[in-house]
Amino acid sequence: MAVVATTEPGARPARAGRRASIPGWVGTVPFLAYVGVFLLLPTGIVIVDALKNPSGAWQFSSVTELGNPLVRTYFIGSLKLCLISSVIGAVFGAILAYAVASGNPDGVVRRLYLAASGVLAQFGGITLAFAFLTLLGPVGLLAHASWFYDFPWGIALIYAYFEIPLMVLVFMPAIDGLKVQWREASENLGASAWQYWRHVGGPLLAPAFIGSTLLLFANALSAFATIEAWESQIAYIVPQQISISLSSEVGLSNINYADVLALGMMVMVAIIMTGYALLQRRASRWLR
Amino acid sequence: MTSPMTRTQDGTARAGVEVRMDGLSRHYGPVVALDKLDLTVQAGELIALLGPSGCGKTTTLRLVAGLEDADAGRITVGGKDITHLSASKRDMGMVFQAYSLFPHMTARQNVAFGLRLRRIAAATRDKRAIEMLELVGLSTQADRYPHQLSGGQQQRVALARALAIEPQVLLLDEPLSALDAKVRAQLRDEIRRIQLEVGTTTLFVTHDQEEALAIADRVGVMKDGRLEQLAPPTDVYSRPATSFVAEFVGLTNRLAGTVSGQTVTVRGRDLPLVDPSTPAGPATALVRPEAVTLASDSTGDSGPLVGTVIAVTFLGATSRVTVDLGDTTILAQLTTADAAELPAGSRVALTIRPDPVLVSADSPALSEA
Ligand SMILES: Nc1ncnc2c1ncn2[C@@H]1O[C@H](COP(=O)(O)OP(=O)(O)OP(=O)(O)O)[C@@H](O)[C@H]1O
Ligand SMILES: [Mg+2]
Repeated sequence: MAVVATTEPGARPARAGRRASIPGWVGTVPFLAYVGVFLLLPTGIVIVDALKNPSGAWQFSSVTELGNPLVRTYFIGSLKLCLISSVIGAVFGAILAYAVASGNPDGVVRRLYLAASGVLAQFGGITLAFAFLTLLGPVGLLAHASWFYDFPWGIALIYAYFEIPLMVLVFMPAIDGLKVQWREASENLGASAWQYWRHVGGPLLAPAFIGSTLLLFANALSAFATIEAWESQIAYIVPQQISISLSSEVGLSNINYADVLALGMMVMVAIIMTGYALLQRRASRWLR
Repeated sequence: MTSPMTRTQDGTARAGVEVRMDGLSRHYGPVVALDKLDLTVQAGELIALLGPSGCGKTTTLRLVAGLEDADAGRITVGGKDITHLSASKRDMGMVFQAYSLFPHMTARQNVAFGLRLRRIAAATRDKRAIEMLELVGLSTQADRYPHQLSGGQQQRVALARALAIEPQVLLLDEPLSALDAKVRAQLRDEIRRIQLEVGTTTLFVTHDQEEALAIADRVGVMKDGRLEQLAPPTDVYSRPATSFVAEFVGLTNRLAGTVSGQTVTVRGRDLPLVDPSTPAGPATALVRPEAVTLASDSTGDSGPLVGTVIAVTFLGATSRVTVDLGDTTILAQLTTADAAELPAGSRVALTIRPDPVLVSADSPALSEA
């Protein structure tokens, strides 16, 4: 029944009779510890390492590596891939989410879709690349599709495979938040279906749509295993380059190079997630 | 057809149009939401639809607004058949039961929305939106978003939005149900004032009888998708057509009695009948609490109209007194000053005013509280 209830924006767990002797923040300790160990600590290490040379002295000049034309091509590659796959995922995922949401809220179809989306959104990595290779690769079952190896379109379409279900999951609550009365009120005031979407439905969903697209973008940015399995010979995107520089045996200086690349990605993710958070806040105020 | 409710103030006042429902039916699966409803709202008239939850009030409005299709029947507005016209072309203003303002638009933008759809120039529609907001007393809040307004203010903006398009017909679905008593009464009177001023034909849905009686030209009492009675408020109250109406509108005492000829005898008192054709024999008479008066009784006698006060409920200017008569209890409504003389435990003698009473059709001779 309440499959999506947990993703509802602003939903907070009911405050169960909390004992007076235990301060409220104690409950957040495990979460804070988790964030500290797995997010803040590595982030800090990457930042510090990126700003030091191999001998341990501060050396801000390594950051200028980010301006290097070759490095720039990797970032542009990453941006292209993420942009294409997130836009495709967002558009088709939104359409699918809308189709599912307009059905019976407790229906089997909806539950199936959400369950399937939950699984497929995780279906990245080697398994996915392998599935596509089996179908479309050089000895593919379906065909040997040459577009499949074009960067970024080929891999972007593979990415769409997990981006679309992710969009269904993250965008569905926004569609559910659109109240029937808004549609009926606009109809009553004389709006056609198109006018409703242009003046009411569209503007109301826009922040959630853009926000979800950003989330898909960030998701694509970090999806590394898929592309690595798809094409391990040529590096197109930043994570591949990080991997190469970490695994090659040229020397220690490459770790510093990987840190700088990672720092660049972190900045991108930070910008994207800030945008996402701002948009989400706006969306949740409207679509309660 | 004469329409006494049409206000013909001056050339600019628009006379309302007649809305007519013929044999309107609507089912939801096995549930019969509307059962061959016939209802004619005269031009400029305000009819309040009153009834318990689930009796089909909202369904009636939604069918008239075109938000729902009828299974059978016809709706005409000003003689024109609109049964199959889409909602967006019906030119009706509706205020919904739940808040329905567009959350991404300010109060002013909400009110102007219908005018924008009608391609009215920005300056004109802005001016008109402010006028409408002034009408509902909210011109100072014009640039607030719905989440910055209280529930009552939101409903007033919704009313302004519905009025701004100068609809032929106004449909109000419990517009006041979310509000506290004071705001409720205020806004109720405001709606009536505006409706009389503009002369719009109006259907006003409520399950609050006081609201219905206060605001309407005629009250339609509904039950199970049908109209039980359609009459002016005073008639619905004092000459209810059925026992359902008598009991739904206002509190009623059910007292055992015997019908003979034009009267029903209740506890030794002869009361006139609303319906003189009631068959003779044992019956349950429905007596209004305000038809019962009490006097302090110190004689110590016993009799069918002597009892003991067991509870006094303070209602403001009036109070409701529950009296134990031995075999049954009876409610009396008195002024609070009179009730103060009769605290719980007092012995009282009752008088029943000889108002015409209705006799319940169902299982006679059962005396109940
Ligand atoms: N969309 C629907 N699907 C199924 N049944 C419905 C639907 N809408 C209304 N009903 C049923 O139709 C009947 C009439 O409903 P309606 O909403 O008209 O009642 P109402 O008089 O407005 O009640 P309330 O005072 O509670 O608002 C009810 O039994 C209700 O359960
Ligand atoms: Mg209703």
